[in-house]
Amino acid sequence: MTELALLLGQAFNGLSVASILLLAALGLALSFGLMGVINMAHGELLMMGGYLTYVVLLVLPHGIGYPVGMIAAFLGTALFGAVLEVSLIRHLYGRPLDTLLATWGVSLVMQQGARSIFGPIGDEVTAPSWLTGSLTVSGGPLAGFDLPFVRLFIIALSAAVLAIIVALIMRTRMGLLVQAVHQDREMAEALGINTRFVDLVVFAIGSGVAGLAGSALALIAPVTPTVGQSYIVYAFLVVILGGLGSLLGTSLAALLVGLFSAGCQIVTSVSTSDVLLLLFVIAFIQIRPRGIVSISSRSLEGS
Amino acid sequence: MLTVDKVGAAYGISPVLTDVTLEVRAGEAVTLLGRNGVGKTTLLRTIAGLHHPTAGRLMFEDADITRMSAHQRARRGIALVPQGRGIFPHLTVEQNLLLGLSALVDRKETSQQMPAYIYEMFPALARMRLRRGGVLSGGEQQQLAIGRALACRPKLLMLDEPTEGIQPSIVQEIARALTRICTELKIAVLLVEQYLDFAWLIADRYYVMQRGRVVTSGSTRSESPDTVAHLLSV
Repeated sequence: MTELALLLGQAFNGLSVASILLLAALGLALSFGLMGVINMAHGELLMMGGYLTYVVLLVLPHGIGYPVGMIAAFLGTALFGAVLEVSLIRHLYGRPLDTLLATWGVSLVMQQGARSIFGPIGDEVTAPSWLTGSLTVSGGPLAGFDLPFVRLFIIALSAAVLAIIVALIMRTRMGLLVQAVHQDREMAEALGINTRFVDLVVFAIGSGVAGLAGSALALIAPVTPTVGQSYIVYAFLVVILGGLGSLLGTSLAALLVGLFSAGCQIVTSVSTSDVLLLLFVIAFIQIRPRGIVSISSRSLEGS
Repeated sequence: MLTVDKVGAAYGISPVLTDVTLEVRAGEAVTLLGRNGVGKTTLLRTIAGLHHPTAGRLMFEDADITRMSAHQRARRGIALVPQGRGIFPHLTVEQNLLLGLSALVDRKETSQQMPAYIYEMFPALARMRLRRGGVLSGGEQQQLAIGRALACRPKLLMLDEPTEGIQPSIVQEIARALTRICTELKIAVLLVEQYLDFAWLIADRYYVMQRGRVVTSGSTRSESPDTVAHLLSV
């Protein structure tokens, strides 16, 4: 493998990690940004999406099994998210610490539930045949450069999900309501907008995207009851680094984190690169406390 | 039309409103006067549903709205132009106005149109349709806030110090608009104001508040502003 192929390969890995982080963080960015809710069970929604895909593939092992699994993961976690919002989160509105604790409790229950149903050992989801294999460069200066189809698929998926969410927010009536609630919740309510309903829809969609992320993740790693735990911290890092409630910031931050980790891993081990990543984020937040994209205007500064 | 009946309100344990009773009749313009910090803004917020009363009752068109959420009250026809104007800074003027129609979601599609009188009353808004709310000047934002509140053809329009920090030429324009709102559109107005002459120009009746209570009331048509000036001077 040539030097250049190695570098490009790492950059591709970084992009691939970034796309997974983006999928995992998008839902968080939505609910955190709009409602200020810190959902500690977000990782478990990811896990749930993975298991939903796994179950669908048990029933439909071939052909359309995986796409159906993805849709089931989205709808199932969105529905679960909606129930969670109505039954729990809505009642703790304006009490961030209680919300944090309660959703952490939910995450523990969900982990144990998964352990009881599926066992502690990971369940493999076999990627459909059209996603196996890879693009490989065999000669020339890029010899050994390898692009697995699964990774390409996840990158395309997260780009598509991002585009759909942005279009929903910028182009639809519901999106306008979401923006209004985000910018001034009280005023939105006073104008006759049912802000609780807007919250519910956003939380459900955010949960659904987490499920989709879990479904994508299942293609590259076994689904385990604790799979969410390994992604939730990075997802929060991305959301905070990106700037609260900014989808552009979240996307840039996901890219930054993905490429930074991949870059570090060329010269050092995985755990050292995690340390470096944390140090980097801490330093960055010192310089730009509101994240990459900070929202400011005369009216937000109290005109 | 609106009856505030012995309403009390508090921030935490400190009372802000005590036994406040007042009334706004259909089509009438009423002004609520008082020094800073006597609870005028809290009263408007309580009527709008943004602050929960600790005592008393709020009636609007024979319905008890005390326990209703703010968006339900808006849908019944109560509109608020808050202090600070509450413009959505990252949305365009047009989007801000469109959101003013939110109170009509329960109505027929055909009645969810933007009334033509908004751009007529505030021609500046038509010119700035595609600009973001956050970059408008204070006066322009105030016109936008009033226009947005009128989009849903409310029955009661509440304004919290609409002239605060605004250049005189726009104050005149706002005064003309408010007069038209009362006389032509027959929308009842509840105006919180520090600027006595402006209040007298608009309103038919006045209430004066001191330390969370209504201390006096009367008619702006038969009394001169001097009758209450001593209650307002610092």
